[in-house]
Amino acid sequence: MSPSAPTSAPPSTEPALLCRGLTKRYGSVVAVDGLDLEVGTGECFGLLGPNGAGKTTTVEILEGLLVPDAGEVRVLGQRWGGGGDRDLRQRLGIQLQETQLQEKLSVEETVRLFRSFYRRGPTPLEVIRSVSLEEKRRSWVGKLSGGQKQRLSVACALVNDPDVLFLDEPTTGLDPQSRRQLWELIEAFRRRGGTVMLTTHYMEEAQRLCDRVAIVDHGKIIALDTPAELIASLGGEHVVEFSVADGLDPEPLAGLPGVSSVHREPRGYALGVREPHVAIPALLAELERQKATLSQLTTHNATLEDVFVSLTGRTLRDA
Amino acid sequence: MPEPGLFERSPLWQLTWARTLAFLREPDALFWVFAFPVLMALALGIAFRNPGAQKSHVGVEAGPRAAATMRALEAAPDLEIALLPADEAAAALRRGRISVLVRTADKGGPVLVYDPSRPETRLAHLATVEALERAAGRVDPLPLRTDTIVRPGSRYIDFLIPGLIGLNLLGTGMWGIGFPIVMARQLKLLKRLIATPMRRSHYLLAFMLARMLWLVLEVATIMIFARVAFGIVVRGSWAGFVVVCVVGALSFSAMGLLVACRARTVEAAMGLMNAAMLPMWLLSGVFFSADRFPGVMQPFIRALPLTAANDALRALTNEGAGFAGVIPAVLLLVAWGVGCFGVGLRLFRWD
Repeated sequence: MSPSAPTSAPPSTEPALLCRGLTKRYGSVVAVDGLDLEVGTGECFGLLGPNGAGKTTTVEILEGLLVPDAGEVRVLGQRWGGGGDRDLRQRLGIQLQETQLQEKLSVEETVRLFRSFYRRGPTPLEVIRSVSLEEKRRSWVGKLSGGQKQRLSVACALVNDPDVLFLDEPTTGLDPQSRRQLWELIEAFRRRGGTVMLTTHYMEEAQRLCDRVAIVDHGKIIALDTPAELIASLGGEHVVEFSVADGLDPEPLAGLPGVSSVHREPRGYALGVREPHVAIPALLAELERQKATLSQLTTHNATLEDVFVSLTGRTLRDA
Repeated sequence: MPEPGLFERSPLWQLTWARTLAFLREPDALFWVFAFPVLMALALGIAFRNPGAQKSHVGVEAGPRAAATMRALEAAPDLEIALLPADEAAAALRRGRISVLVRTADKGGPVLVYDPSRPETRLAHLATVEALERAAGRVDPLPLRTDTIVRPGSRYIDFLIPGLIGLNLLGTGMWGIGFPIVMARQLKLLKRLIATPMRRSHYLLAFMLARMLWLVLEVATIMIFARVAFGIVVRGSWAGFVVVCVVGALSFSAMGLLVACRARTVEAAMGLMNAAMLPMWLLSGVFFSADRFPGVMQPFIRALPLTAANDALRALTNEGAGFAGVIPAVLLLVAWGVGCFGVGLRLFRWD
């Protein structure tokens, strides 16, 4: 029993994944710095952050592949290294970021191999069908496209019909169509009640798939909420970005009607805006008053990317 | 859902089968394991075949009494004679095209020029002396009769085939185990596998079992070829032969495991493999007898697993040794195998 759980809670509310004060160092580099998180059963939880933020390290600790330097980890209520590791692994589905499967085995041979490690689960053919690779089942892994390889990798994680599915940047480097196919796979897994732990540096992926998102930077969670709430925390659902050719006094911007936040960006400003139709005329009038020449103005619906920028002052790509 | 078969459910079988398939689908590996030893045996067998009694090559330098000398030498059946101008004769001797050069003079007997440090030139020298003396009217003080026999298993190819089997056991064990393990580590496949409930011992055991499957094919290929092409058969204990092959293969596989236990890249592993194999290639009596090395090196050479395997296979094939005769060699191989496996397993890096 975790001490923080309320005594009246039914057992099913025990988190599927839990870590407290997780810390991992590589030499003098702190990869994970006192990280806490809790993922409920049936939830899809996203770790979002730039490369090197500590996402993979966190996930690999949860998967029992790395040992943390400090902190507590519970997976389905169990600790790693307590003698029940192999039983726990029976219930997990894991896809690693960099794994390359044996090139000269066919899709079916690969899935059958992975299936043999587990006591229960669908047949190899059912798994292959679920990731839409039945036409490729006799093809060698080396002959598959990037998207097909990634689906095979997810298939290997689904052979035991796991309770928790870990996906580490499953769509990195894939074309949009392959990405959408993978998203559908993940959504189908969730409909069966599975718990998903996902890392990504794609905002739209986190927004589409995740119930809650933790934004990770330098090994710490700097924000954690539903995608909608995180976006709402910007103070507006729209973002107006602009730059001016010459200097500008940003002080009055915050007071403009409809503007709820102001962020300095490398090449201008980003305003969090509730009502663009009110805020944009007011902005133009203010620029006119300051005799500033507008060199660029764009507007878009706020995304998690804007949340990251507002929290760190960096874009995900520069970070 | 149909109940999956036993093979389908057994991780050990699936791992072994996957290993075997991956091997069979690697044309390079197939070449080195199956074609290479056969080609090697064929090439060396032809180069060093015994064409009955070997002839010695003798040159006669053009000169005053060259013609008479030529006639005297031609009477000897073991000599191949050539008449050469002076400048060419020197070059032929230098290059080893002739073993002895006979230089005639107007007065006195001919001068025989040869290099006494090599056995075949000394042989040519003796035959030349005898031919010249007989032509000059030598009478044998003691009439000797000879009775020749050809001992089975005494040809070079007889020596070579067991050595090639030993070499193959070494090469396949090291490459067949070490290379795929390092490759799997480099591609993070090892890490992916330990994220499953797979037993780690099953993974390593599967390599050994797959090794046993193709060991049969590999040794059978060489032995059948040796039988058909050169009439070589195992004269001693077949059981001993099988045991030496199996124990040798496992022992060298364990060496492959040790070499691969930590290397993160294929390049690093290749360096280690060559460092481990090269001394045995040279010292363990594959192509020539290990006895040719000086006595101080012998204890070291005798301790090498390939020396033990080669000597045991030779004793069984050519000398008709029984099972008991190869027990010391088998024990040495077992010691190497257990030692390498134990250390390799202890140091093994999965990520």
